[in-house]
Amino acid sequence: MALSVRVIPCLDVADGRVVKGVNFQNLRDAGDPVELAKRYFEQGADELTFLDVTATVDNRSTTYDVVRATAEQVFIPLTVGGGIRSVEDVSRLQANGADKVGVNSAAIARPALIAEIADRFGSQVLVLSLDVKRSGRTESGFVVTTHGGRTETDLDALDWARQAIELGVGELLVNSIDADGTKAGFDLELIRIMRELSTVPVIASGGAGAVEHFPPAIAAGADAVLAASVFHNGELTIGQVKAAIAAEGMPVRA
Amino acid sequence: MSAPSVVVLDYGTGNVHSAVKALELAGADVTLTADRKLAQEADGLLVPGVGAFSAVMSALRAVRGDEIIDRRLGGGRPVMGICVGMQVLFEHGVERGVDTEGLGEWPGAVTELPAEVLPHMGWNTIETGENSVLFNGVEDERFYFVHSYAAQSWTLDVMPPFPEPSLSWAEHGGRFLAAVENGPLSATQFHPEKSGDAGIRLLKNWLDSLRSA
Repeated sequence: MALSVRVIPCLDVADGRVVKGVNFQNLRDAGDPVELAKRYFEQGADELTFLDVTATVDNRSTTYDVVRATAEQVFIPLTVGGGIRSVEDVSRLQANGADKVGVNSAAIARPALIAEIADRFGSQVLVLSLDVKRSGRTESGFVVTTHGGRTETDLDALDWARQAIELGVGELLVNSIDADGTKAGFDLELIRIMRELSTVPVIASGGAGAVEHFPPAIAAGADAVLAASVFHNGELTIGQVKAAIAAEGMPVRA
Repeated sequence: MSAPSVVVLDYGTGNVHSAVKALELAGADVTLTADRKLAQEADGLLVPGVGAFSAVMSALRAVRGDEIIDRRLGGGRPVMGICVGMQVLFEHGVERGVDTEGLGEWPGAVTELPAEVLPHMGWNTIETGENSVLFNGVEDERFYFVHSYAAQSWTLDVMPPFPEPSLSWAEHGGRFLAAVENGPLSATQFHPEKSGDAGIRLLKNWLDSLRSA
């Protein structure tokens, strides 16, 4: 017996609504986050991830309301990413019902944030979100990007992942900017590399377009698979994805 | 029949919001507090716990949670620990070389799981113990775990007239205790409040046992 593969829908939330767009541009309203969260829960989602893409700090309180309302009705783990810059941010999110938080650019700007959060709440609370792109800029050929992939940093994605694990992250959310939006399948090479170096669970993200894209990502080493638009657009249900994974003999939660 | 009263011990650990809401859905009248009198008198006391063993122990002692638990158990009053709230029930915990004294309700140590990938994070199956009350009706379900440490052996000898504890096991790198039901004291290493419908059912089973306690 083993852990089942987790299937995780990701909801981009701005000003209390789910939004859709490509790389955070041309955002369109895609519904009520709590209603969508409930629907995914009923379809068998193993976790939920909210990514707060609210433009201004002032409007972040609406995200706390969304988290709270969701946690009151949906009894599966809830991860919230976007705009987390301090131990206090994590504390507030936990008080509102979040189980895990995702950090990205704030940790790049100040890596000590990882250790501060992990020391206070434990590694299991912290997910490092990595937006990775192929680039000649780094030795491994993979660079960490920010701003939805539009800005390249000087960080080698492999070095950054290793450093973040050392500092205390409990999970890696590996999003391939090269695969993102293509709907041509996950970036299997990147998943393999990250699985090989990582001692913490790896969530694969970016590129899902059809049910047959999921089993190869798991075979490449993903502990969990995350997708957004294929679920929001109604192209796929969580159940269909799980059935495709189960058909390949991989364990899923019924 | 009135709803059983449950106090969720509020001592500043993790996400307790979900535990409160899950217990309410399961049918309890829930209060989130560290008030000694309320915690003493409730039909059931739930002790959540997230983070480091040593941090949870200090926070627990700061609200005199150790005394509350001891006194309740002395009177046969039900207590349930979740995650690190289960781990601290053992004699001690060893995390990153730091050995911390626990509550010592059960003998043995909580140590790191011998697995290549940690934390053990996700939905796992459970080999449920004989005569389990908690798993009644959800024996074959998966439950949500997130932890790196666990009790990996059980050394308590129970003599008659006390009933044998019901031990449930799971596996990640090695076998470890997923749940223990020992008289008034129950505990789960997984998070029932994050385990969907199966978790709600398990909490309901615990609430039902409070009525007969």
